[in-house]
Amino acid sequence: MTEDDVVARLEPGMTIGIGGWGSRRKPMSVVRAILRSALHDLTVVSYGGPDVGMLCAAGKVRRLVFAFVSLDSIPLEPYFRRARESGAVECTELDEGMVLLGLQAAAWRVPFLPTRAGLGSDLFRVNPDLRTVRSPYPGPGGGDGEELVAVPALPLDAALCHLNRSDERGNAQYLGPDLYFDDLMLEAAEQRFISVERVVPTERLLDEGSVHTLRIGRLLVDGVVEAPNGAHPTSCDPDYGRDEGFQREYAASARGAGGWDGFRRRWLDVADEAAYQRAVAGR
Amino acid sequence: MSTATRAGVCAVAVAEAFRGDGERLANPIGTIPMIGGRLARASFEPDLVMTDGEACLVADHAAFEWPSGKVSEAWNPYRRMFDVVWGGRRHVMMGATQVDRYGNQNIAALGPDPQRPKVQLLGFRGAPGNTINNTTSYWVPNHSPKVFVERVDVVCGIGYDRAAELGPVAARFHEIRRVVSNLGVFDFETPDHRMRLRSVHPGVSVDDVVEATGFELVVPDDVGESRPPTEDELRLLRDVIDPSGLREAEVPDG
Repeated sequence: MTEDDVVARLEPGMTIGIGGWGSRRKPMSVVRAILRSALHDLTVVSYGGPDVGMLCAAGKVRRLVFAFVSLDSIPLEPYFRRARESGAVECTELDEGMVLLGLQAAAWRVPFLPTRAGLGSDLFRVNPDLRTVRSPYPGPGGGDGEELVAVPALPLDAALCHLNRSDERGNAQYLGPDLYFDDLMLEAAEQRFISVERVVPTERLLDEGSVHTLRIGRLLVDGVVEAPNGAHPTSCDPDYGRDEGFQREYAASARGAGGWDGFRRRWLDVADEAAYQRAVAGR
Repeated sequence: MSTATRAGVCAVAVAEAFRGDGERLANPIGTIPMIGGRLARASFEPDLVMTDGEACLVADHAAFEWPSGKVSEAWNPYRRMFDVVWGGRRHVMMGATQVDRYGNQNIAALGPDPQRPKVQLLGFRGAPGNTINNTTSYWVPNHSPKVFVERVDVVCGIGYDRAAELGPVAARFHEIRRVVSNLGVFDFETPDHRMRLRSVHPGVSVDDVVEATGFELVVPDDVGESRPPTEDELRLLRDVIDPSGLREAEVPDG
């Protein structure tokens, strides 16, 4: 399928999980298709990077569920900051590990998972609905009947992830150092879409990596988009690193006269992903 | 008369924060923390386990550059890192945009209303989970009353007062070991766990530190000086850990 086919399966108001981490292996070609679409009022769950910044800047986000938003080499995401400071997006703030547990709970179809993470912190101040649960069992190291945070499940209407390779049926492979939480995003979602650098025949999947790299099987995937350079400008090791120059231009645009509209006109107001990739190649 | 720069003293102070940790994941975040952690392992804490800042645990002493290839000893993707945090075999050194007298830390947002922040920062990141599960220290390269504040705007990493409110059971894995700044070293080794000035860096007076701190520090009568690097440590910093001198850019001298 194409990026626009994926977007056609999404609806305003949906909760969408986006894979990757910070400015690493983000499904940016699908994000760009969302930016071109009429979708709005999305709830976005993400270990956030430029995916979050761009979706916020374009007014697509009603609520953001996050533990951080960062461009990695540029610590703070300028368009996310602007959206938050102007009150344009509602936020559910969590600890990084709580996001993992919320996705895991949704994947396992349980209402919550317990953790110590969050106790005593202002996460309870910013999440008035966050609850604790008392352990029915003695804990390790003398923790009798202790109170733990009950991280609510984070079920997703759709998940979007970018991987290095897959076959046409959605058996996918990551070749970089970290899967991040892509498998959990997909398992927590009703509809599961991946974009990949290259679609290969199933029997070629082990050409570039061991069987351990086949962490996303077709049980977790409903549709595949072939999207070479699709994570641009985020990194997609080992296929390519982050486009630091482009990312700097993106971040600087938030302070420049043209602002988001200028950046958008220059790079995003194009017919499709192929036109974007041509523009980037001619940069 | 030492040839040590302030950055070198800071790196040693960071290293000292990891003294006694043994075979634990030392997870210093930031330039001088990464250098200081490597320095501890290369000298007096050889069993420390350290990351490459990505998904590997590495045996090399170089902090940032591996021109002849890095030696990975284990794979440690983010998923594994949470296992280590929640299992407790870890000492993390994080940054702090604000820190208060009990060691509460803020990296999320500034302003009175966290739902509508004046200044949005990173987010809570892993600070709540870190502080309740494993040993935590903080690094502050720009000591000022804006960082060392009476009360943090948002409690991300929890300090000793919050831990005390939770009670001894919930907080049994909580420890804020040190705060290292560009001016001195601080700990919480006081009866009520208020922040104490442990040492001042050479060239810094106690008054300088008090002046730059927005709350009342516990100041013992005999505050010593942070120790400069030894000859061996200087050589390690210069030749092995940070040959490009990134530490000097983070904390310039003078």
